[in-house]
Amino acid sequence: MRAIVSVIGKDKKGIIARVSSALYKRNINIMDISQTILEKYFTMIMITNLNEMTISFTDLAAELDKLAQEIGVSIKIQHQDFFDAMHNIDKEQ
Amino acid sequence: MLNINSITETIRMIEKEKLDIRTITMGISLLDCADSNGNKSRQKIYDKIIKYAGNLVEVGEELEREFGIPIINKRIAVTPIALVAGASNDKDYVEYAKTLDKAAKEVGVNFIGGFSALVHKGYSKGDSILIKSIPQALKETERVCASVNIGSTKAGINMDAVKEMGIVIKETAMLTKDNDSIGCAKLVVFANSVEDNPFMAGAYHGVGEPEAVINVGVSGPGVVKSALEKVRGQRIDSVAETIKRTAFKITRAGQLIGNEASKRLGIPFGILDLSLAPTPDIGDSVARILEEIGLEVCGTHGTTAALALLNDAIKKGGIMASSHVGGLSGAFIPVSEDEGMIAAVTQGALTFDKLEAMTCVCSVGLDMIAIPGETSATTISGIIADEAAIGVINNKTTAVRLIPVIGKDLGDKAIFGGLLGYAPIMNVSKFSCEDFIERGGRIPAPVHSFKN
Repeated sequence: MRAIVSVIGKDKKGIIARVSSALYKRNINIMDISQTILEKYFTMIMITNLNEMTISFTDLAAELDKLAQEIGVSIKIQHQDFFDAMHNIDKEQ
Repeated sequence: MLNINSITETIRMIEKEKLDIRTITMGISLLDCADSNGNKSRQKIYDKIIKYAGNLVEVGEELEREFGIPIINKRIAVTPIALVAGASNDKDYVEYAKTLDKAAKEVGVNFIGGFSALVHKGYSKGDSILIKSIPQALKETERVCASVNIGSTKAGINMDAVKEMGIVIKETAMLTKDNDSIGCAKLVVFANSVEDNPFMAGAYHGVGEPEAVINVGVSGPGVVKSALEKVRGQRIDSVAETIKRTAFKITRAGQLIGNEASKRLGIPFGILDLSLAPTPDIGDSVARILEEIGLEVCGTHGTTAALALLNDAIKKGGIMASSHVGGLSGAFIPVSEDEGMIAAVTQGALTFDKLEAMTCVCSVGLDMIAIPGETSATTISGIIADEAAIGVINNKTTAVRLIPVIGKDLGDKAIFGGLLGYAPIMNVSKFSCEDFIERGGRIPAPVHSFKN
């Protein structure tokens, strides 16, 4: 299963490092990563593979929530299927 | 392959433009719960609802977490109770409503629809008792929604039922007058009602439906409004195209959630209702979309045309995105549940008559409109008859959900709270239609209904 991790907030040092190590700790592979400035906010999008993760989706989301509060940004994790549904017309549902 | 722009577009829709799944509604057939003993029947109803919908809320919340999209309501629609309770020897069906309310509370859904009767051609025994029980049932329950279908293109308009519903609405208003007559917000009078509508207060599980089914209603007025901001000043064709593209994306999101909910609950997916359902929140308004198309205020000349375009483009965009489209599917124009509509009424730009014209081209009808508490039952019946005529002649669903707010008049405001919102009291005609309503009988089906 693939998921999109999106990090939005004020730019500061160590965001990528901290988010990727949190994912690494749970054996999650980052397949693609890109960042941009969107309406003045730092926006990082990671496409991740959760097939070998060592934690449940709900617990992972809770861990990322906690990390988001520590860093002071917003971190969300969502099924990739949701984005495919909206943007990929060839994707069967 | 996904690119960053697509991903950020979706995130922006959810975070800023209030994209959400408005409702996952589970339809449950209660036909096998009929019993000559009312108590036994109600026990069967309660047990069946708990059995099917016991984990509806839990699954809904799980989907919200995993897909990162809010699912605002989890609801239940049941077989019209008049059909089930008619088998019993009871003389009053308020106890049935209480059973539904208790089951809704137990499973944690905020509304349960189906305290309903279908009387477009006439009353059965159960229909008569149910309709008479509506005011007390809505007083004594919190989450039960009632609806009555009084007309159809095939059958014409049952004017006896139109007359009675005016009285029922007034009684309901009286019995709930301490809360701005809120009972009426849970009562819809339909023409051409649909069997698979997931939206309240008019949802019920039709007799042609399976044992249980999942229907999903999407929303997203804010998303459409934002998309239209990017084509300001362009020709109207671009407006239609932009709405279609946006509706497609919103509907695909709903279809995915519907399929997932169906898989996890082990209940077949029925239909996706691709309505634009507003809320009283800023940025979640259908009126503001019409204004974005180029109206100074919703309700001015041009409003009906702009709404017709919007309603049609939503359907065109949504139809390809879902394998089964159903329900009401279009733009809703409730007054109290739409921030822009409330503002337009308050400014005097949007009148009752203009709303009636708008219902000719939208997907529902005169919805959540507060009128003076002094309005007579026959005047309410006259409003219902007009609205039913629009539906029956144009082969579409129309509905009336009026709240005669007891003790309030023009210049006052009714406050319902939550998704039901608030509404300024609107003016209705002072002239009588009493002799017309008192006639009773049935308006014959229109000539174009004889297709066979």
